[in-house]
Amino acid sequence: MAECLLRAGSVNKRFGGLQALSDVQIQIERNQIYGLIGPNGAGKTTFFNVLTGLLKPDSGRFELCGLPYWPSDAHRVAKAGIARTFQNIRLFPDMTALENVMVGRHVRTHANALDAVLRTRRARTEESAIRSAARQLIDEIGIGRYAGHLARTLPYGDQRRLEIARALATEPKLLALDEPAAGMNATEKAGLRELLVTIRAKGVTILLIEHDVKLVMGLCDCVTVLDYGKVISVGTPIQVQRDPDVIEAYLGRPHAALVRQEMR
Amino acid sequence: MDTLVQQVINGLVLGSLYALIALGYTMVYGVLNLINFAHGDVLMVGALAALSAIGLLHGLWPGLPGWALLILGMAAAIPVCVSLSLVIERIAYRPLRNAPRLAPLITAIGVSLLIETLAMLVWGRNYLTFPQLLPEAPIHIGNATISVTKIVVIVLAAVIMGSLLWLVQSTRLGRAMRATAENPRVASLMGVNPDSVIAMTFAIGAGLAAVAGVMIEATYQVAHFYMGFIPGLKAFTAAVLGGIGNIAGAMVGGILLGLIEALGAGYIGQLTNGIFGSNYQDVFAFIVLCTVLILRPSGLLGERVADRA
Amino acid sequence: MSDPAASERANPPGSASGRPPSQVYAATAAVGLALIALPWLLGPFGSAWVRGLCFAALYVMLALGLNIVVGFAGLLDLGYIAFYAVGAYTYALLASPHLTEHFPALAHAFPAGLHVSIWLALPIGASLAAAFGILLGAPVLKLRGDYLAIVTLGFGEIIRIFLNNLNAPLNFTNGPSGITLIDPVRIGSVDLAHPGSVLGFRPSSLVLYYYLLVSMALLAMLVCIRLQDSRLGRAWMAIREDEVAAKAMGINVRNVKLLAFSLGATFGGVAGGLFAAFQGFVSPESFSLMESIVVLSMVVLGGLGHVPGVVLGAVMLAMLPEALRHTVVPLQEAIFGRVLIDAEVLRMLLYGLATVGIMLYRPRGLWPAPEHGVRRALARNGAPGPAVAQSGSRDG
Repeated sequence: MAECLLRAGSVNKRFGGLQALSDVQIQIERNQIYGLIGPNGAGKTTFFNVLTGLLKPDSGRFELCGLPYWPSDAHRVAKAGIARTFQNIRLFPDMTALENVMVGRHVRTHANALDAVLRTRRARTEESAIRSAARQLIDEIGIGRYAGHLARTLPYGDQRRLEIARALATEPKLLALDEPAAGMNATEKAGLRELLVTIRAKGVTILLIEHDVKLVMGLCDCVTVLDYGKVISVGTPIQVQRDPDVIEAYLGRPHAALVRQEMR
Repeated sequence: MDTLVQQVINGLVLGSLYALIALGYTMVYGVLNLINFAHGDVLMVGALAALSAIGLLHGLWPGLPGWALLILGMAAAIPVCVSLSLVIERIAYRPLRNAPRLAPLITAIGVSLLIETLAMLVWGRNYLTFPQLLPEAPIHIGNATISVTKIVVIVLAAVIMGSLLWLVQSTRLGRAMRATAENPRVASLMGVNPDSVIAMTFAIGAGLAAVAGVMIEATYQVAHFYMGFIPGLKAFTAAVLGGIGNIAGAMVGGILLGLIEALGAGYIGQLTNGIFGSNYQDVFAFIVLCTVLILRPSGLLGERVADRA
Repeated sequence: MSDPAASERANPPGSASGRPPSQVYAATAAVGLALIALPWLLGPFGSAWVRGLCFAALYVMLALGLNIVVGFAGLLDLGYIAFYAVGAYTYALLASPHLTEHFPALAHAFPAGLHVSIWLALPIGASLAAAFGILLGAPVLKLRGDYLAIVTLGFGEIIRIFLNNLNAPLNFTNGPSGITLIDPVRIGSVDLAHPGSVLGFRPSSLVLYYYLLVSMALLAMLVCIRLQDSRLGRAWMAIREDEVAAKAMGINVRNVKLLAFSLGATFGGVAGGLFAAFQGFVSPESFSLMESIVVLSMVVLGGLGHVPGVVLGAVMLAMLPEALRHTVVPLQEAIFGRVLIDAEVLRMLLYGLATVGIMLYRPRGLWPAPEHGVRRALARNGAPGPAVAQSGSRDG
């Protein structure tokens, strides 16, 4: 029986005159690769920002592994076990790739200022461990050769991988990826697909926003579709693909009408 | 009650001065997101230039009446301030327009230091006396007194601010300034040259500072190479208080700050049983500054800064 | 490889720059010897030089402290000198006749006068400065860069005004006259103001203070370098690079910024206490906005965030005015018959030009952090360093 990893319900967010999210709910099970799709402006990134604590919702219930949480602070959410990447890649540009991933280890380590200044044994051990864990992650993700390069000098696809590596360094329960395939060519996307499957195999649950329908179909176990801030469909990729409401949202009423006719 | 009226008058005088200076800060911040640290020093240079000009003119034509000297002094100060301000913008700020935010601020601090040093070289370190140009006799309003100079300050400031509001709302230049303040890139697509608009913004602010500088030395009878710093800082407080980037805000903020300071200094002795006296006057402005920035950084009338996202 | 000893072997000191450790040790030893010999070499030219070096050491500490705030964490503090003032006045009040003279209750409690040892007063002053740092930092750290700068400037001025005016009704700070007759430093039985004979030598008081202050400055450098290369240092850098991403990676940005603020304040407090002991008197004049700007220009000139650069900037901007005073002033006398630009003006001119010039032409400072690159990473892992070509483009 797959247990629930993340549950969110009744999530509302208003920006002035715009209701960005209306009563959005989501339920992700452990070890799933879950997709969040929808036309541009549907509220996907807003929902992401709410889930990860970067944006305060007007209302909502949130539960991670059965424990309720209120997404008040991004760093608390990260500590609880949700790590994310960004739509517009937010690496630390003037730090090396290795250092970027080492920052990811921050939340699971403890050395403080005093430890740093006194170079206690504990601090030195921890620092070594951080470095080797980061090195390992970078190698596993496949960008080991860029370890000492400044993050902003990496090729685009590798920057995205680096961001994922950094997020993984926080030992998340849920890895939330905001359009990880954006700007990638077919080969890179195939590589990403492989990577995500490997990550899932290691026990990390994945939530991703994606526009590439083919990628989503081939990868996700379950999908939620948003349109104008509302959930319009939930199900397996195949179910969702055939849902007339989803077709209407993406392609317009005439196409949806066709499908509805077919279904009768 | 007498003290109240007197303090209100003092507050209006102070406030008018702050408002004039604050406009310079607020307009530049509106278009550049930059605190023009050197603005107070531009004021100082104008004041000292006016003093020198007045001294010169008086030496050449001793018969000139006081009010004429005052006007001529201002007429001398304005071009000096405007050119100084444009030079600073061109040399120190324009190259850094796309640099990370702290760079222009640090440069502005350096520029301020340089101007103060140069002023020290030209005019010396000592306090200089400004002559009494307008009639001295105090005018009585009830039990409070006011001098002609102070009336001139209030009236002149009001006229200038009114004109500026008209300029910004109703003229082509004003529209261009508002557009550039909102979104310089889009404004340039509409045919507005952001460089000239920014230069005009600096020029207008500098002109206002020149007038303020001359009025300050006329009111307090003294001029000094460091005289721009504190008024500059307080005027910035006023600009933030009213809402940075917001022209009406700078005016409101200036008057309000002047009143707060005057009333505070006037009553602090009574309020604290003599523990804190009026020598803590400057602290009021700083406390207002810190309070506003911490509690309501967008100011009373809301800020209007360029969208630089 | 989580064995720290093995890691030390693989990453010996100096490997960051790709140089063999023996070279680093030799360079360190050379610098050390030079520092020890310096006062004896400069002494014959006048005690003003050694005095200048003492102040340079104090400025180094201040610059390093401000560097933590501005360089590591990216927070522009324009009121930094207030922490210097807190440290200075704390020691001044604890080790001078002022409090016992003006508060009979205290005179009664301490009939022999208040003579708290500097080794006790320094931690007290430092803690007090750190507390002020947290008090100041807590409400303002969420402000954006330029607002933070102005608020801190305001705080600095508020402190100065209070120092200038807290002499009535109760005389805490003695107002503009400041506090005098502050006890000098005592190390064991040696009174640094009147040393007498030490280890067979008869050093002057200045020379002894020089060694003390330079040692403290070196200690400060060590602390900074260790902070920089640690988990905390990385967190500061991450915040400086992208605050939102740092937050998303679990860094408690607020607390980490606060830590930078209070650590920087601590440096200021320690330097302040030493300053009060060295100079023997303190007055509000020494803690003006100008001094905050001076320290900022040192950090900026040297290389924001780079410890050796900051030290260089501090030494340069502390010593250059002295050098100018001894050269340009007499030069003007010789050429013009009088001094057109006196030493004080020269000093201000220098700071202004340094700040503006650096920001326009070399914003990373005179000695910025060395480039990251393949060379560095490989050297860290034991591979031959200098032989490997450096890849990865880099703009200026």
